[in-house]
Amino acid sequence: MKITIASGKGGTGKTTISTNLSSYLAIGADVVLADLDVEEPNSKLFIEGDLVFEKACDKRVPRWIKEECTLCGKCEEVCRFNAVIKVGDEILIFPELCHSCYACSELCPTGSLPMIPQKIGELKHFKTENLDFVEGRLDIGEEQAVPLISQVIEYVDEKFSQDTIKLFDAPPGTSCPVIEASRGSDFVILVTEPTPFGLNDLKLAVETMRVLCQKFGVVINRHGIGDNSIEEYCNAEGIPIIAKIPNDRRVAELYSKGELIYPKIQEFETALKQIAEFVGGIK
Amino acid sequence: MKIVFTAKGESWDSPMDPRFGRTDIFVVYNEENDSLSFISNADTETMEHGAGLQAAKKVLELSPDILITGNGPGNKALEILKRSKVTMYVGAGDMTVKEAYNAFLAGKLAKFESRV
Repeated sequence: MKITIASGKGGTGKTTISTNLSSYLAIGADVVLADLDVEEPNSKLFIEGDLVFEKACDKRVPRWIKEECTLCGKCEEVCRFNAVIKVGDEILIFPELCHSCYACSELCPTGSLPMIPQKIGELKHFKTENLDFVEGRLDIGEEQAVPLISQVIEYVDEKFSQDTIKLFDAPPGTSCPVIEASRGSDFVILVTEPTPFGLNDLKLAVETMRVLCQKFGVVINRHGIGDNSIEEYCNAEGIPIIAKIPNDRRVAELYSKGELIYPKIQEFETALKQIAEFVGGIK
Repeated sequence: MKIVFTAKGESWDSPMDPRFGRTDIFVVYNEENDSLSFISNADTETMEHGAGLQAAKKVLELSPDILITGNGPGNKALEILKRSKVTMYVGAGDMTVKEAYNAFLAGKLAKFESRV
């Protein structure tokens, strides 16, 4: 079972739910949590474990071999990301912009643009008493999160059995990294907050999930602030509301100390139980 | 001397565009024959990435002596621009093209310094 915890809006509680839900489920099952918010991973702040494996991750980018190049300009013409630019008698490559699509390399008539691995980040695997935790961390200055996210998912898929519950803490938003973090999962939990901002971004996330033909449900965090518009929207659209987590200052206090919430706040544990029962009933 | 301005219009009275990569228009003034012309940079509007690179390429092809803009190009665009002989001046983002030209003549514009 693979579950992605996503949201449209940032700061709604993805990491809070991911870390607490994984710890809660790990009491009675094999669980791995992967932090796929590789541009700013923070789940590790709540998980103390031993490092058991780490590796550098790379993406492939073209390298220009000047000697064979006829400066025909085909590479620049086929790159839709402006990563390959012909300037005078030079081909300039901007690796940060490259999406590793191989078009320039494959279509170069003289084979002057071989694809070369370049490090973009790191993968780390930690173990706690009963939970596995995997983190992707993009190097500073790198612009492409997707190749790293896909390598972290690949690692989790290879390393853990079908029976392991796999939780993916996704980045915020609705762009390519979120799609990469969501598309292979059995279910997506969209975490939102009952405010106009929360609703606006939830709608965008819902549209994204519908395009992906992805099964999803909503968790309303900080329930009690703002208004009822999220519930009205979900009811009108037939979207399941899996749990409502009451707004509680103590949650923020525990979070700020890097502590898990559910061992100390009963209402939070009740919400996790509802989420666990809901996702346990899927398939 | 050939001077290029990043601008939102085609004439001396047009407001400058403070952006380099996504400027609407490059206004080109040729001091030798006192002629004002322009080229559009509108194609960068729909580019998600690399707008600055394409804009820099246009400037390279215009081969000016001076570029006058607002904020200055980013590091990737600079990678291309440093292949030209152009000298860049910034801080003219709130002026008209004419005002920017006069400010340049009066030595009131700062030379662009790379931040890397």
